[in-house]
Amino acid sequence: MHHPGTNNKVYKKINDNFEWSSENFKKISEIINKYPSNRIQSAVIPLLDLAQRQNNGWLSKNSMEKVAETLSMSYIRVLEVATFYSMFNLEPIGKNFVQICRTTPCWLRGSDKLSKVAQEVCETNIGETSDDEIFTVVEVECLGACCNAPMVQINDDYYEDLDEESFKKILQDLKDNKSIKVGSQIGRKSSQPERKFDA
Amino acid sequence: MLKEKDKIFKNLYGFEDWKLEGAKKRGIWSNTKELIKMGSDKIVEEIKNSQLRGRGGAGFPAGLKWSFMPKDSGKDHYLVVNADESEPGTCKDREIMRNDPHLLLEGCLVAAFAMHAHTCYIYIRGEYYSESSNLQKAIDEAYENNLIGKNACGTGWDFDIYLHRGAGAYICGEETALLESLEGKKGQPRLKPPFPAGAGLYGCPTTVTNVETIAVSPTILRRGSKWFANLGSTNNTGTKIFSISGHVNNPCNVEEEMGIPLKDLIEKHAGGVIGGWKNLLAVIPGGASVPLLPKSICDTVKMDFDSLKEVQSGLGTAAVIVMNKSTDIVEAIARLSHFYKHESCGQCTPCREGTGWMYRMMEKMIHGNVEYQDIDKILDVTKQIEGHTICALGDAAAWPIQGLFRHFRPEIEKRIQERNRRVA
Repeated sequence: MHHPGTNNKVYKKINDNFEWSSENFKKISEIINKYPSNRIQSAVIPLLDLAQRQNNGWLSKNSMEKVAETLSMSYIRVLEVATFYSMFNLEPIGKNFVQICRTTPCWLRGSDKLSKVAQEVCETNIGETSDDEIFTVVEVECLGACCNAPMVQINDDYYEDLDEESFKKILQDLKDNKSIKVGSQIGRKSSQPERKFDA
Repeated sequence: MLKEKDKIFKNLYGFEDWKLEGAKKRGIWSNTKELIKMGSDKIVEEIKNSQLRGRGGAGFPAGLKWSFMPKDSGKDHYLVVNADESEPGTCKDREIMRNDPHLLLEGCLVAAFAMHAHTCYIYIRGEYYSESSNLQKAIDEAYENNLIGKNACGTGWDFDIYLHRGAGAYICGEETALLESLEGKKGQPRLKPPFPAGAGLYGCPTTVTNVETIAVSPTILRRGSKWFANLGSTNNTGTKIFSISGHVNNPCNVEEEMGIPLKDLIEKHAGGVIGGWKNLLAVIPGGASVPLLPKSICDTVKMDFDSLKEVQSGLGTAAVIVMNKSTDIVEAIARLSHFYKHESCGQCTPCREGTGWMYRMMEKMIHGNVEYQDIDKILDVTKQIEGHTICALGDAAAWPIQGLFRHFRPEIEKRIQERNRRVA
């Protein structure tokens, strides 16, 4: 199954320049200060995250080189980290990064149906980006919201207690640039027992 | 059922304010200074007496773990909180961090003081974005109110808490992999010894502990180890958050007394199995890594470390995954095999190669596309992986498959038979 985060190749086509934005540049010292002064390599994951956010959700070669330079690390050590962790995308993604949880607890509650819905509405296959670059749809392993299964992560937010209908609506609203509700879609608070279905 | 007054997590679902003001109303940070004044030896003693066992999965006695930290090593000491919650089925730490973060922070101060640590890192899984913003806000509040920082709570103890977000790797829930990741490397587990208490983060004495273990400790100190030890049974004391997911009417997180019968847990809190108890097929009682239990065992088994060990399973993280008779049990386990194949860090050959092989085999077994002797072959392979890797991920990948064949072997034999008939 293709996933931009489990790709081990550096994306070659685009050779853009990457410089820290002034806002992010300020954040860097804040991040580095969390760690002992001779251990700033610890900041590599937070900095890659920062670079990815600045670079439209993926890491280009230049952005990783920038992180290496900022932390005085060799590029290969940064690349090693970027390829190891699945949250670092090594190729461009769409505006909405739709990650559908496929592991057993979500599967038991119908995650397969969500995958089908996503392919229909987003007009793309699993692991691919739609032609209009609005969606990238992938299947991922457990996202740790199993009591609210089935669930999907879109960019930073979790959408929980989904069914085909509610998920379809979310994707359609994203397509139409409407605002969508984060969290449980059946209106329950966190993972409280939902009394509605009491037998 | 656990009485309301004995609950430690009073805001598990977030009905009340999670910020400092709300936390104070629930008694958090109320007399932290007095708890610290007990002194580190007394704190460790109390935790030992409470018989609290680690809530991250292995169930190691918490007090004993804390006591491994040297007294005067001359180096910095670290407390690292393991909030890399990724075990399939488990979503309890998430609720603590987003709905009651101060409970965790107070626990960090007390625990760090007991193990002579001035610094604490909370390693939270990267996907938990809104949880990490709540937690960061709580940390900022605690700094502003001098609850942590220089002279934390007026105790004279300097204490810093830093939040570190991971980036999507199940293996970083293994303590030494987590330390590697925190040092800015690939999250590949280290050989032990040396154990983290001797040489952990940056080569300094370190204790890595689960969120829930840390979060319950101030309450134990406040209400006394006797109170905690009186809940549950010997060696399996206290309360525990159970995450109930899968085929139940009301999937939920719930805090209950240790040792509650599995049937009660599912029927009283989760609204029962979909289609009724008779419709139950199997339960995975402690997160993806532990072997499943068929209905016959589920009828009577109690949810604690020792009772589940007796039936060749485990409490793990107390994540109860319920499967009713509509489940393709082979595919359910095959999906877990896919999970382990995906999450293997690639360091040890038996796990790197074995998890992939087992997954491909399990995929074939869904349709019975194997020979009868392949069942023994896959069991043999699980035995060759188990115990032959640096960390427990190899074991965790092997156990669900062993559990499946222990209780559902005839099901797979039936599928092979059907396939043979189709082919012939």
